Amino acid sequence: MEVPILRQGNYLIATIQATLSDAALLKLRDELVERVGKSRARGVVLDVTVLDVMDSFTTRTLRAIAHMTKLRGARTIIVGIQPEVAFAMTQLGITLEGVETALDLDGGLAALRHGTKGGGDRAR
Amino acid sequence: MREKTEGLAAAQSTGEAARGMVRELVTHFREKRDALRRQWVEQMTAKGLLAGLTPQETETESIVIYDTCVGCLETGQYDGAQAYATRMAERGILQGMTTDQIIGGLLTLRDVYGRSLFERYQREMARLSAALDVYEPVANRILSIVAMAFIEEREKVVREEREKVVRLQQEVIRELSTPVLQLREGVLILPIIGGIDTQRARQLTEGLLRAIRANRARVVVMDITGVPGVDSKVANHLLQTVQAARLMGASVIVTGLSAEVAQTLVAIGVDLSKLNTLSDLQSGIEEADRLVGYSVTKTSETAARNPRT
Amino acid sequence: MGASRRCATEQRGAATVPDEIRVPIDSDADIVAARQRGRALAAELGFSSGDLTLIATAISEVARNIVAYAKRGEILLSPTNQGSKQGIVVVARDEGPGIPNIALAMRDGYSTSRGLGLGLPGARRLMDEFDIVSQVGEGTTIVMKKWAPQHGQ
Repeated sequence: MEVPILRQGNYLIATIQATLSDAALLKLRDELVERVGKSRARGVVLDVTVLDVMDSFTTRTLRAIAHMTKLRGARTIIVGIQPEVAFAMTQLGITLEGVETALDLDGGLAALRHGTKGGGDRAR
Repeated sequence: MREKTEGLAAAQSTGEAARGMVRELVTHFREKRDALRRQWVEQMTAKGLLAGLTPQETETESIVIYDTCVGCLETGQYDGAQAYATRMAERGILQGMTTDQIIGGLLTLRDVYGRSLFERYQREMARLSAALDVYEPVANRILSIVAMAFIEEREKVVREEREKVVRLQQEVIRELSTPVLQLREGVLILPIIGGIDTQRARQLTEGLLRAIRANRARVVVMDITGVPGVDSKVANHLLQTVQAARLMGASVIVTGLSAEVAQTLVAIGVDLSKLNTLSDLQSGIEEADRLVGYSVTKTSETAARNPRT
Repeated sequence: MGASRRCATEQRGAATVPDEIRVPIDSDADIVAARQRGRALAAELGFSSGDLTLIATAISEVARNIVAYAKRGEILLSPTNQGSKQGIVVVARDEGPGIPNIALAMRDGYSTSRGLGLGLPGARRLMDEFDIVSQVGEGTTIVMKKWAPQHGQ
């Protein structure tokens, strides 16, 4: 299933619609990185609200997306991690260290606009 | 009955005679099934024991019960009766059937069976006696199985009610002891009082994360002044809570972690470097306010924007 | 006398829950299938929604290991009880290369692990019981259990 990637001003918004297979997630990564390069977007909001499980592979890939887009000059903010998923991730011991997060789409766009760092990196 | 002098043979013949009687009774009850069952239902109706049941229900249940009882007589096994009694107890109590109705119904059936045996053997007292010897233990056993099933079911219901109340009480206590307060828009305060074990840590975290979502909070001030005995286990619970909150886009300021405790934790190797800690709640609130007001950054479009207060 | 409609199926869900669900694992699509079926079974057993996510995540991790290291294997899901406790059993089995040093693979400090490695210590943290048997050249079997909270908990 294709993940729609929309353009909003300087930003790209990608909303995951359903659980993705590994291959689909990697494809999303490559597509986002390419689009960022082509459109010179300054930020990406990746909405994972719909994911009911975020395991080690998903987390690794989201980190990769954040790092690769950063290399092309864009900040990526992951939004929509649900309470139960966040809890499971900490129990599993996987973190999105170094990746910015926000509560939802609005929060993600606000963080991009105001240039503040998202929740993931706010600690000293 | 043949008379035999040897004990074993005598026992054998008694056994055979008894089995013969069982077969005879079973055949009798099965042949007379329609008549006896109807009689039974009529008597129960007359006694008012069938209030609240539809004719179909009466029909179905009376057949099952009648056949189950005869089955016990035939096989000498009571599993079927036990299983049925347990189910019936659950259903019966749920539908508000009184013990009178249930036990009364069975006693009536016992009478109906008994009377039919009297009728059949009225001219042969010896055979009647033999028949009752075979029949009565079965009838009594079934009655006690049903009675026990009802007693146990009632006890279970009472126990479950009590446990439900205890659970609710515990939940209320937990909620009261761990309120998540919204200080102002986007800022939550979580004052933790009391010890933190794995279960409480989870409950705290889940509550906090739900509150972050509900309040769209971006900053949480987590005060642990009231947490006694912060060891590495507790510290790790707290770290996990902080991490989980971050995954939802909220930053966490931890207040009330004394310098001594912090030093001890660092000495045992707990990584506190990623924690944003301040000494007291007040400072924490001030820091939260500062964080919630967006800071001006390098991007030109935000340079002129005023920070929110 | 008491009516007995649907007696068996109304008892505590036990009669409607299947005995064992087998999910063959051949590709990463099967990982999703395994955890969705695990979630469904756990839901029928009465786990809280937070626990459902933990169980699904643990299944995802062990299923992923199968795909990554053994290429193929299976996940078996079944209900279990111990006295009045109800729980779920997840067995992850493969005939892959096996793990040479289980102790090393299961090593887990208190602080969050950086490298994600085999994800086994993580899966263990998500479940209540965790057992692993592995033989180099033969394969690996992991048995994990989680118990549903009872009255008063």
